[in-house]
Amino acid sequence: MSIPLKELIEKHAGGVRGGWDNLKAIIPGGSSVPLLPKSICDTVLMDFDSLKEVKSGLGTAGIIVMDQSTDVIAAIARLAKFYKHESCGQCTPCREGTGWMWRVMERLVKGDAEIEEIDMLLDVSKEIEGHTICALGDAAAWPIQGLMRHFRDEVEDRITSNRSRSAA
Amino acid sequence: MAKMTIDGTEIEVEDGITVLQACEQAGVEIPRFCYHERLSIAGNCRMCLVEMERAPKPIASCSMPVGDGMVIKTNTETVKKARNGVMEFLLINHPLDCPICDQGGECDLQDQAMAYGFDHSRFKENKRSVTDKNLGPLVETHMTRCIHCTRCIRFSTEVAGVEVLGATGRGENMEVGTYVEQAISSELSANIIDLCPVGALTSKPYAFEARPWELTKTESVDVMDAVGSNIRVDSRGREVMRVLPMLNEDVNEEWISDKTRYACDGLARQRLDKPYMKVDGKLQAASWHDAFDAIGGKVRGLDGSKIGAIAGDMCDAEAMTALKDLMTALGSNNIDCRQDGAKLTAGARAGYTFNTTIAGIEDADACLIVGSNPRLEAPIINARLRKRMVEGGFKVGMVGEAVDLTYRYEHLGAGPQTLKEIADGTHSFCEILKSAERPMIIVGQGALTHADGVAVLAAARKIADTTGMIAEDWNGFNVLHTAAGRVAGLDLGLVPGEGGKDVAGILDGAASGDIEVVYLLAADEIDTAKLANAFVIYQGHHGDAGAHIADIVLPGAAYTEKEGTYVNTEGRVQRGRRATFPPGDAREDWAILRALSEVLGKTLPFNNLGQVRARMVEIAPLLDQLEVVTPSAWADFGQAGSLDGGPFASPITNFYMTDPISRASATMAACTEAFVETGEKTGTDG
Repeated sequence: MSIPLKELIEKHAGGVRGGWDNLKAIIPGGSSVPLLPKSICDTVLMDFDSLKEVKSGLGTAGIIVMDQSTDVIAAIARLAKFYKHESCGQCTPCREGTGWMWRVMERLVKGDAEIEEIDMLLDVSKEIEGHTICALGDAAAWPIQGLMRHFRDEVEDRITSNRSRSAA
Repeated sequence: MAKMTIDGTEIEVEDGITVLQACEQAGVEIPRFCYHERLSIAGNCRMCLVEMERAPKPIASCSMPVGDGMVIKTNTETVKKARNGVMEFLLINHPLDCPICDQGGECDLQDQAMAYGFDHSRFKENKRSVTDKNLGPLVETHMTRCIHCTRCIRFSTEVAGVEVLGATGRGENMEVGTYVEQAISSELSANIIDLCPVGALTSKPYAFEARPWELTKTESVDVMDAVGSNIRVDSRGREVMRVLPMLNEDVNEEWISDKTRYACDGLARQRLDKPYMKVDGKLQAASWHDAFDAIGGKVRGLDGSKIGAIAGDMCDAEAMTALKDLMTALGSNNIDCRQDGAKLTAGARAGYTFNTTIAGIEDADACLIVGSNPRLEAPIINARLRKRMVEGGFKVGMVGEAVDLTYRYEHLGAGPQTLKEIADGTHSFCEILKSAERPMIIVGQGALTHADGVAVLAAARKIADTTGMIAEDWNGFNVLHTAAGRVAGLDLGLVPGEGGKDVAGILDGAASGDIEVVYLLAADEIDTAKLANAFVIYQGHHGDAGAHIADIVLPGAAYTEKEGTYVNTEGRVQRGRRATFPPGDAREDWAILRALSEVLGKTLPFNNLGQVRARMVEIAPLLDQLEVVTPSAWADFGQAGSLDGGPFASPITNFYMTDPISRASATMAACTEAFVETGEKTGTDG
């Protein structure tokens, strides 16, 4: 508890491929919590309070490390698909919301969307979060919220470049 | 009692209720889809989210029990946002086909979307579509509209007791349906249509017939069985479009049987709309004048003992009053309202009513059913028995056919022998009855119509006496009737007078020539072959068995077409109201008898409904006590004798066709085909 994330990865887990500078983001708690960009990973400690301060969490204590070669939007879209698949269908927000979020994410991967849809997606994730019977709804919402918090530029760039490409 | 604050107002509520119920008591409306007070709590629609102080997230008020000191807020921004969100989720995959949806105008989703939803859609993906299921001839499905509230699943499992509906698949692929394609084989199945908050389950016979705002709504009483379910008759112009349940906690709660709901299309078929006279062996249309003249010619001067009258199962008390008075005026004692020959007497009321009352079933802790299949004879009462059973601590024993009642019971035996053992105290079930605090017995027509019916009644009475069913605040003796008009008939004394003949006597008399004129007041469930030689006057609303052998047919009114008083099996007096007018020349039944009496020179002393009712109450004072069950004093009835009849069998074999209206109904015919005649089809079918 309270070990620096960087030490955990670099010293105990074999380090990031291509060195720490090649790091893009880390999901510190399984797959269900918001990811953290390198700037935060540099200093954050692995405990409840520290991760809460950076708006993430310890989750299931599994760690996913993504280096610069990762398409982070596609990674989160894959998680959205996973949660859509895992939703049991009992309560409304999760049953209907996870599928919606996944479909929007799939389009964001290609950049086939409007800039406003990013905010809409965030809004939808907030409509799921905290409104479901179990925590799967929250788990589906958080990775997307984390992506938009830290990599919104990248998502917007994808949309703009897709638009200019199709205009050409 | 728990003290809580709801939207700033302090309120004291009972312990054990939910936050949603507390909010209702405080006058705060909480939107909901899955919550239904008569079903178990699912908490899955999430529409009822409210904010609770010290809780990190909004809570589902339908599944949260109240606690002392709770502070609930329902009008905050968080709650509004939560409702907005849930509404949006429900609508993204819901087809916006309200203009072609039968639920339109009475749809919870439509109403709540107006109150709590967004005014536009942000969903740009494709909507989900779901294959429709075939649930039989009554329930139409449009499963794409389903919002997965699971009310239908919970109803069929918990109330109807048939575990055929369920959910398959998961996540957004979850579908409600029967696992294997099959019709819902329950007598209460169509109630899921009312429960469905959207248009996923709609009424098949009523599909695309009318919009709710076009209909005239009349609160009335059902006559398809002796339960007296409270109904709402929706009509348009002259036509009854549909029948829906009305809430009555003491009788039908908010359910009705499929026959009550769907036999109404029979009201438009096979109707007698003008008087008919038999000319050269064929019925020909006639005027009221000619028909009355023909009757007058036959009856005037005839000795009263040569005239007999039988009142049918669906007669209103007003018509039976007029029939009784007319027969008395003609000097005849040959009158009977017990078409099935049940050995019930008009004397002690406790001996022919459901004394425990339907709601009283919930207080009982042991029950003996004798010669009845309540599932077919009174599905609503069977649902109460099941409700009591599900609560636990309730033992049911059955003497009669070993049928599926949708709950567990002990089958004690098939007939009189077992009943005798119980009456003599030698049967093991006696101990269960004796050790019960509030035991009850239900005697059905299957036992009472036997030749030894009087002895069965006496044995049942003995069981009631010896096992402690009769106490100061408890009467566990019950007769379950199948005919809506029977209790009123017995109340009014429509049984043979001094030296008079009963139904069997009238029929035999007609065959032998002792009886020359038979007056059938909507009586069809008799052996009409025996009436071939008699002059038969049939007064009724449908061209059924009685009309076929009649010499004179007088067109009467069906239950939705007249103001009538009915007494249900409990002895509860209820009023049916006119929703439409009788077709053609047909008239209200008491008025026909009144007009005929004048032709016969025995003018009955009433000219309007009020006067008939005054006369009715004069004969049977209890008929004045509307909507209540007046407890009857425990008295002598039945006559001990040898119990030597064969095994008891329910009088109803086909639930869907028991009377002239349901026999004329196309929907009931479809149900008969789907549920009753399920045998192998031959090449000539269809």
